[in-house]
Amino acid sequence: MTIDATTPRGKDKPTGSILNDPKVRGIIYQAVTLLLLVIFIYWVATNTMENLKRANIASGYGFLNGRAGFDVGQSLIPFSSDSTYGRALVVGFLNTILVAVAGIITATIIGFLVGIGRLSKNWLIAKLSMVYVEIFRNIPPLLVIFFWYSGVLAVLPQPKESLALPLDMYINNRGLAFPRPVFDSGSQFILLAFVIAVVGSILFYRYANKKQMETGQRLPVLWTVLGLLIGLPLLTYFATGMPISFDIPVAGKFNLTGGSVIGPEFLSLFLALSFYTASFIAEIVRAGIRGVSHGQSEAAHALGIRPGLTTRLVVVPQAMRIIIPPLTSQYLNLTKNSSLAIAIGYSDLVSTGGTILNQTGQAIEIVSIWIVVYLTLSLSTSLIMNWFNAKMALVER
Amino acid sequence: MNTHQTNFVRTSMLDQSTPPVLEKGYIAWIRKNLLATPLDAVLTIIALLVLAWFLPPAIKWLFIDASWTGGGRGVCATAAQGGSQPEGWSGACWAFVGAKFDVFMFGRYPIDERWRPMLVGALFIALLVPILIPRIPYKGLNAILLFGVLPILSFFILIGGVLGLPYVETPLWGGLMVTLILSFVGIAVSLPLGIVLALGRRSTMPVIRLLCTTFIEIVRGIPLITVLFMASVMLPLFLPQGMTVDKFLRAVIGVSLFASAYMAEVVRGGLQAIPKGQAEGADSLGLSYWQKMRLIILPQALKLVIPGIVNTFIGLFKDTSLVSIIGMFDLLGIVRQNFSDANWASPVTPLSGLVFAGFTFWLFCFGMSRYSGFMERKLDKGHKR
Repeated sequence: MTIDATTPRGKDKPTGSILNDPKVRGIIYQAVTLLLLVIFIYWVATNTMENLKRANIASGYGFLNGRAGFDVGQSLIPFSSDSTYGRALVVGFLNTILVAVAGIITATIIGFLVGIGRLSKNWLIAKLSMVYVEIFRNIPPLLVIFFWYSGVLAVLPQPKESLALPLDMYINNRGLAFPRPVFDSGSQFILLAFVIAVVGSILFYRYANKKQMETGQRLPVLWTVLGLLIGLPLLTYFATGMPISFDIPVAGKFNLTGGSVIGPEFLSLFLALSFYTASFIAEIVRAGIRGVSHGQSEAAHALGIRPGLTTRLVVVPQAMRIIIPPLTSQYLNLTKNSSLAIAIGYSDLVSTGGTILNQTGQAIEIVSIWIVVYLTLSLSTSLIMNWFNAKMALVER
Repeated sequence: MNTHQTNFVRTSMLDQSTPPVLEKGYIAWIRKNLLATPLDAVLTIIALLVLAWFLPPAIKWLFIDASWTGGGRGVCATAAQGGSQPEGWSGACWAFVGAKFDVFMFGRYPIDERWRPMLVGALFIALLVPILIPRIPYKGLNAILLFGVLPILSFFILIGGVLGLPYVETPLWGGLMVTLILSFVGIAVSLPLGIVLALGRRSTMPVIRLLCTTFIEIVRGIPLITVLFMASVMLPLFLPQGMTVDKFLRAVIGVSLFASAYMAEVVRGGLQAIPKGQAEGADSLGLSYWQKMRLIILPQALKLVIPGIVNTFIGLFKDTSLVSIIGMFDLLGIVRQNFSDANWASPVTPLSGLVFAGFTFWLFCFGMSRYSGFMERKLDKGHKR
């Protein structure tokens, strides 16, 4: 006699019953789940229709063409209260991207510095980096945003008593005023020079790599690239007769005139996101560098490679392999956390969407737009990063 | 014959000589740890300059110039702002935090009833401490009491309406109490739900797998604030007329669902790290699916990902601060609400309140991360090299 071990007690059926077949059972379970799901969705859908009908809200995305009627604080594209809701959402989306990109760049720089600092043999630097990480990692980002917004920036002096910063910048409780570059005719050549410099750098990098592979000779890649990227646009700048001038903010009697102003909303969101995310990036960088086996650098030293080159050619490439996947998810976190903008009124996607939601009551449409936009951002970032990761991954036998 | 003694045998030991001055004591320590290379020396000087620039003003602001006592905004404002402090004064307003401390803890919970949250807090600590100390036995019973009985009991104690306790509606709840309740419920719900979702994502049944994967990926791809908006704006739309969900409960649902998606990914990481032989061994012993998971796979998998689970808890704890955006008064929300209290409003009030709230959040999160590190070392069976 055999005991069918896959049959739970209490459900004993004669052996050979079709119900004991795991496949059949799987199908039954799934069919039941699917049925329940369909019933649930149907229930939710009918309720929603009824509620919408009662509240007199027409579903659909037609409302996007309506007049917005509200202003946004900061916009990358022309926007007035006469623009459409759709355009308001585009403005919000661009603002999200702006603060996310700015935050990612700063957070990466701070994060790498602090992460390397934690591994420093210098006791003071290591401890300072540790204190930084432990403080910012354990405080809600929203609180950091308010810290900058209502704790620091709001208590700065009035515009007429602006604090002067280096490079002709001023800071006051309305934000940071900085010189705005004015592009005259001829400045397009500088852009062209920059593009040429980038292409030239890539070509030179490839050439240097090839040369090293063939002869073992290393060309000064870094200096050449830096020279190209900075020197060529600079040369063009002087050659075309200095077509870029700066509109410098001037402290007037009551207000600053001239220049561009970054509002305190953007500043506090940007600072908070950078500082907060940097603490996580620092930990990732530390783990990545520590994850490279010590034997690797010892072997490099044994081969006679100088310490600087050991770091650059042996340790960093292997550490990057460990660092990149979690770094990606930190970048995504920063992008998602930029939605905290709504708390201080920076017009990002969620903030403008929230205003529209309050005005029109189109909750489902707005939330669906949010979901689609953020999901697209997440999925495309992970696709790009997966590709990058695959490129960097260890090539094994 | 006079033989010359050529060999020398030492009969007494030399006195121990002290190590060179540069190799011992704090001088050696400074040389090794602060001034090892020229670059290190430069870095040390820069770090010292940063500290000198930052620390004295910070200490002065936080402690020396701070006003510790007082009954109103006068002690925290300069003469020009209508207070008693000299012109140019700036310091922390701890008097504000002291006066509002009860509000920061309990929100608008009626003063006469505040023994109720305190009782719940005491019960919580009484059950939490023994579960955290590994040596104390009866962990199973303790866990049932903490995660099963306590939430139900606390709910009735806090909301009242039974046993002669006056009814306290949830909009009156606030402060640290709400932060702790939200995160505790979030933790208690997200761990089991996350495990179920992780198992579902690794299931062999395509429909289940697809459902779980879709849920996890969507929730992880969007910010918590949109999930909270969904819970607060869309949930009422989804329910039939007349059926309402308490605002507090909506936030709890939003936070729990959000955290469980992240938890699911952490648990999945643990599940993937368990060798296939373990599951095959369980199968060959004739264990059912749930027996296999409960007895063989999950104990190993969960132990592997304790740091990840605690990190998710810490994230959840910090994320509860977002409910202030949908109009609830958790610790951060209530602190911000009190900035505009006419009796206390002054330029230094916001920063003082935020420093207090930040320190409270920091204390909890730092404690959790330290405990996770302790457990990690404790549970390490030495399999790792």
